[in-house]
Amino acid sequence: MQTLYDKLWQSHVVHQESDKPDGMALVYIDRHLVHEVTSPQAFEGLKLAGRAPWRRDSILAVADHNVPTTGRSHGISDPVSRLQVETLDQNCEELDITEFKMNDLRQGIVHVIGPEQGATLPGMTVVCGDSHTSTHGAFACLAFGIGTSEVEHVLATQCLLIKKAKSMQVVVEGELGHGITAKDIALAIIGKIGTAGGTGYAIEFAGGTIRALSMEGRMTLCNMAIEAGARAGMIAVDNITIEYIKGRPFAPRGDQWENAVAYWRTLKSDPDAIFDRVVILDAAQIKPQVTWGTSPEMVTTVDGKVPDPSQITDVVKRHDMEHALEYMGLVPNMPITDICPDKIFIGSCTNSRIEDLRAAADVLKGKHIAANIKLALVVPGSGLVKHQAEQEGLDKIFREAGFEWREPGCSMCLAMNDDRLSSGERCASTSNRNFEGRQGPGGRTHLVSPAMAAAAAVAGHFVDVREIY
Amino acid sequence: MEKFYSCKGLVAPLDRANVDTDAIIPKQFLKSIKRSGFGPNLFDEWRYLDHGEPGMDSAQRKLNPEFILNLPRYRGAQILLARANFGCGSSREHAPWALQDYGFRVIIAPSFADIFFNNCFKIGLLPIVLDANNVDRLFREVLATEGYRLVVNLEEQSVTTPSGESFFFDIDPFRKHSLLNGLDEIGLTLQHADRIKAFEARHRAAQPWLFT
Ligand code: SF4
Repeated sequence: MQTLYDKLWQSHVVHQESDKPDGMALVYIDRHLVHEVTSPQAFEGLKLAGRAPWRRDSILAVADHNVPTTGRSHGISDPVSRLQVETLDQNCEELDITEFKMNDLRQGIVHVIGPEQGATLPGMTVVCGDSHTSTHGAFACLAFGIGTSEVEHVLATQCLLIKKAKSMQVVVEGELGHGITAKDIALAIIGKIGTAGGTGYAIEFAGGTIRALSMEGRMTLCNMAIEAGARAGMIAVDNITIEYIKGRPFAPRGDQWENAVAYWRTLKSDPDAIFDRVVILDAAQIKPQVTWGTSPEMVTTVDGKVPDPSQITDVVKRHDMEHALEYMGLVPNMPITDICPDKIFIGSCTNSRIEDLRAAADVLKGKHIAANIKLALVVPGSGLVKHQAEQEGLDKIFREAGFEWREPGCSMCLAMNDDRLSSGERCASTSNRNFEGRQGPGGRTHLVSPAMAAAAAVAGHFVDVREIY
Repeated sequence: MEKFYSCKGLVAPLDRANVDTDAIIPKQFLKSIKRSGFGPNLFDEWRYLDHGEPGMDSAQRKLNPEFILNLPRYRGAQILLARANFGCGSSREHAPWALQDYGFRVIIAPSFADIFFNNCFKIGLLPIVLDANNVDRLFREVLATEGYRLVVNLEEQSVTTPSGESFFFDIDPFRKHSLLNGLDEIGLTLQHADRIKAFEARHRAAQPWLFT
């Protein structure tokens, strides 16, 4: 009677000091993904202490947060960003760590390239100095974000000292409506349980709707587990998982493949496993989601309205809502479809995979962005996604629709490079966070699915994607 | 990690729920490859009237007179009183670094985001969870009383108000021990090197494809 989380946990405990089940355990880490922003201080600490990485072959590094999405052949113009990326290059060279450099075709957002390379495999523990590491849980991994001290700890010991989380099962059953995607499921879940609803839990997504999702959709969903407060999100292995992994560069081959698959098939919760909390959603009820505020839980449906703080009795909540509406420049009771974005961003580790680009291109085919849209960007999740999209002619559809077709990276998801919102600008974004200033100081973010972002680009305001295609 | 000593500290109230790590330390400052110097940019977008970029002299920048930490009465605060889900968002340890560099040693809130909470312990910053009603009361008292200080005693796991009332807080025994002694966690883990190697050998035998 074990949950998937129990199985993943148990198969990685190296040592547990106390007998108490809630005590700290030393847990072994199989895959360590590294990027330029949260690693320099960890590598420095390691060197200062005269230590070496415990297992180099567990590490895969890539620069993604700071890299420019245009003019790469000239290098990085911002000297501070450049130094950070060069520091990663240097550390990887010195320590003989595999890194996909900026101009490598395999470069991309760390959470896109792990699965794409088959470096993320079922049953693994996967960590990265990045909260969206939860993405990899789509492969029945125990995957979670860590801070820089922990990055150093994993480098030095291949282990982490952690506490077991509680378990939550989010069950989604039923058929999704036309035009409804994993992003809408994710936002609907967050709208239901809140951004702190999953705090202290590891979430397993289950049910017929989840099993029907592609790996891309499952990654989108697990990616957003952290926005529901859960450090880890995960989904059981099935044929879809196995098919996706087959033949990828880091995936096992030959005899090992058969053995691996046999083991991977055990990576699911036992039918009678008990979860600490169960949340159930009806897929048929999920409509296209749009956030209106400065936290992912401040979300409603496209046919909804901006909420009215005067209707809220909880003082702290009301205060937060007023604050958010002021920041977002919205008035209570305004229909969501009256909101007009200035910029469109299709990208980020949530929605920059091939399927996301296809969904957006489907909406854009033969259409053009509205006159009020100042900039519409597509930033593929990796060089390989970009290449694939070009093979399929998607770049052409985007370009003809008035979108810019960029080089892979985090880009305007967090605006560490030059891609950002100016103060007061509004963005329909396929990313994961609508925090104040996230996409640029004073910038206003509305989180939506790729199809919804594309639809808003064409209409010049939010629009129900189900009505236009 | 720095040792945590008990303290009697001035309290600053930050009356907002869901304060995220982008608000605590905006991304442009994450380009630094150092661990220190983030204090001047703590809450940068709320604290200053202009837009901050790395390399600016923060002493020359115009402060937002309305932001709570800029009020003279909260200058030198060591304890931050906050609302629910403090530190949500990214895993950036730069957030606790910035809070510590600014001078905070303790954060009190009804709840914290998991990764942030965990990161605090790694650097010797103490996050304390008190129940929402008590946090509410502390907010009222801090706002009503200039120079309001709390005594935080980690040994006894207590927070004591000026009127002598004490609240008990929970903390994992291992974390408490590490904080009190300023332990090097990596060093501690490496004491288990043989166990790790033994585990690794078993793990490799069972799932050889993980080791290629
Ligand atoms: S795309 Fe955005 S959320 Fe994802 S890793 Fe990059 S910055 Fe973080």
